[in-house]
Amino acid sequence: MSEPTGVIHDIGYQRYTGPRLGRRHVFGALYLHGLRTAFGLGRSAKAKIFPWLVLGIVTVVAAGVTAVRSQIGEVVMTYAQFADNMSWLVIFFVAVVAPELVSRDLHSGVLPLYFSRPLPRGDYALAKLAALGSALWLLLGAPQLVMFLGAAFTTTDGMSGVWNELLDLLPGLVYAALWAVVFASVGLLIASLTGKRAFAAGGIVAVFLMTAPIVGILSIMPSRTVNELAMLGSPTALVHAVGRYTLGDLLIPGGQTEDQIGGFGPVYVAAAVLLVAGCVALLLMRYRKVAAR
Amino acid sequence: MLPTLVGVTLIATESLTKTYGGGVTALADLTVAVEPGIVGLVGANGAGKSTLIKILLGLLTPTSGRVRVLGLDPTTDSAAVRARVGYMPEHDALPPDLTAAELVTHLGRISGLPRTVARERASEALRHVGLYEERYRPVGGYSTGMKQRVKLAQALVHDPDLLLLDEPTNGLDPVGRDAMLALVHRIGTEFGISVLVCSHLLGEVERICDTLVAIDGGRLLRADRISAMTSVTDVLAVEVSEGTDELAARLAALQLPVRRDGRLLLVELADDHTYDLILGAVAELDLPLHRLDQRRHRVAELFAAREPSHV
Repeated sequence: MSEPTGVIHDIGYQRYTGPRLGRRHVFGALYLHGLRTAFGLGRSAKAKIFPWLVLGIVTVVAAGVTAVRSQIGEVVMTYAQFADNMSWLVIFFVAVVAPELVSRDLHSGVLPLYFSRPLPRGDYALAKLAALGSALWLLLGAPQLVMFLGAAFTTTDGMSGVWNELLDLLPGLVYAALWAVVFASVGLLIASLTGKRAFAAGGIVAVFLMTAPIVGILSIMPSRTVNELAMLGSPTALVHAVGRYTLGDLLIPGGQTEDQIGGFGPVYVAAAVLLVAGCVALLLMRYRKVAAR
Repeated sequence: MLPTLVGVTLIATESLTKTYGGGVTALADLTVAVEPGIVGLVGANGAGKSTLIKILLGLLTPTSGRVRVLGLDPTTDSAAVRARVGYMPEHDALPPDLTAAELVTHLGRISGLPRTVARERASEALRHVGLYEERYRPVGGYSTGMKQRVKLAQALVHDPDLLLLDEPTNGLDPVGRDAMLALVHRIGTEFGISVLVCSHLLGEVERICDTLVAIDGGRLLRADRISAMTSVTDVLAVEVSEGTDELAARLAALQLPVRRDGRLLLVELADDHTYDLILGAVAELDLPLHRLDQRRHRVAELFAAREPSHV
């Protein structure tokens, strides 16, 4: 079948001869898209409710803590403690956002559209991981910034007071990053296993909350060594133990760090690194398989 | 049948074989070369069409054999191949809560287009496939035909040199099928983009293709240009109420290739002179002529196993 040639059409197809951006830009586009998705931006109003509700709660808590401190002068929680105290919210945030980032793509079958483009398989997973990690870090870091600003403007020690606050804030932000990395890698791995968002959310909550009793049981075993290693039992406790070891009295004022983890600080750090590395490796393997389908 | 590299070869495979883990052979020793244009890839479900497409995209590694797409090797240079290829998958592939405009723009950026260019080209691509105001509505509310159009638009957004369309008419009603085929034909002829259309319906793709590749059970049945296939298939069907054998003998004596098909005699049509020869033969033998008409063989008959005789 051939149609007459030479027919005049109103606006023809335009070939594209402009620049095609490289891998870094593509990664950046996918990362930004993921970060926006995490907070429901560019999505329906329904998708915005939960992320902004959580963000609202942590900000209000931070504002309250700041207000109490400036009025009464009592430090309710340090920057680092803030992340610990918000861990429940972080778990629920991961349980909602991680499936939103990866399970939805699995379910809708959009992945072939990604992997038929010049996007390396691993880049997809890493961009999503970076987006979730950044979202978590913002969730924990932004309220700390609120606390810092409150403290900085009400300090009575002038510039040195601000400087001291900053020195307290920075480890808090690093600790928030640790929370973000551990929770993002574990949560995203679980979510990437299923296209059903409800299952993924349930799985994430289960892994983070159901492992808590393990720590409880291990910590009352009649062996000091087992007790001191008990916090390897759950990701939440693991992060906390690393915090105890590295931050010391920024996290536990009064310094009873040695009581719970003994001399096993480096073991906890190594365990955290292994956990993250293992989850990322499994995530990359998972997407190597998905892409070929 | 090694590809003679005259002009540009669009897709070339050489002894391409793909065996899956369970010992299932999806492609067996497939050697084929096609030139730019609209290529129809036909075969029954499970013939290996989707496997071939995934190898062309570099998503699957062949067990053995070689493959080249647009002069590039997708097994080693998959990113370069994918930058120049657009792929429309067979199954549902659209997240329901994004609008068509957002989705196609986003995928354009994943193909490496700068932000503003991606947005412009996304609305252009959607316009070319016939989606206008609808593109600002979430895809979840679209009809099957509209979804197929969005899938086609996302394959076009980055201006590829080759489109791989896996069953583009799947799930469409007859009107939708015709519209989709017309669109594919337009892309292949007016846009200057080569197209590989997969289908299990031969009658559908033969209408729009320049070249047909038929595979079955992972093996090549036939690959040729449509013009070559149809030019030899124009035949005259002659029916006389008696003396069919005498006529057949007479026509054979006149050097006309003739064969029996039930009560019919099929004569290959070389030119208008063939008519005169047949009419002359019928008149000389004084046979009652029932009918004499030209048949344009559908390409389907070329692949039919029930035709052992040469055509």
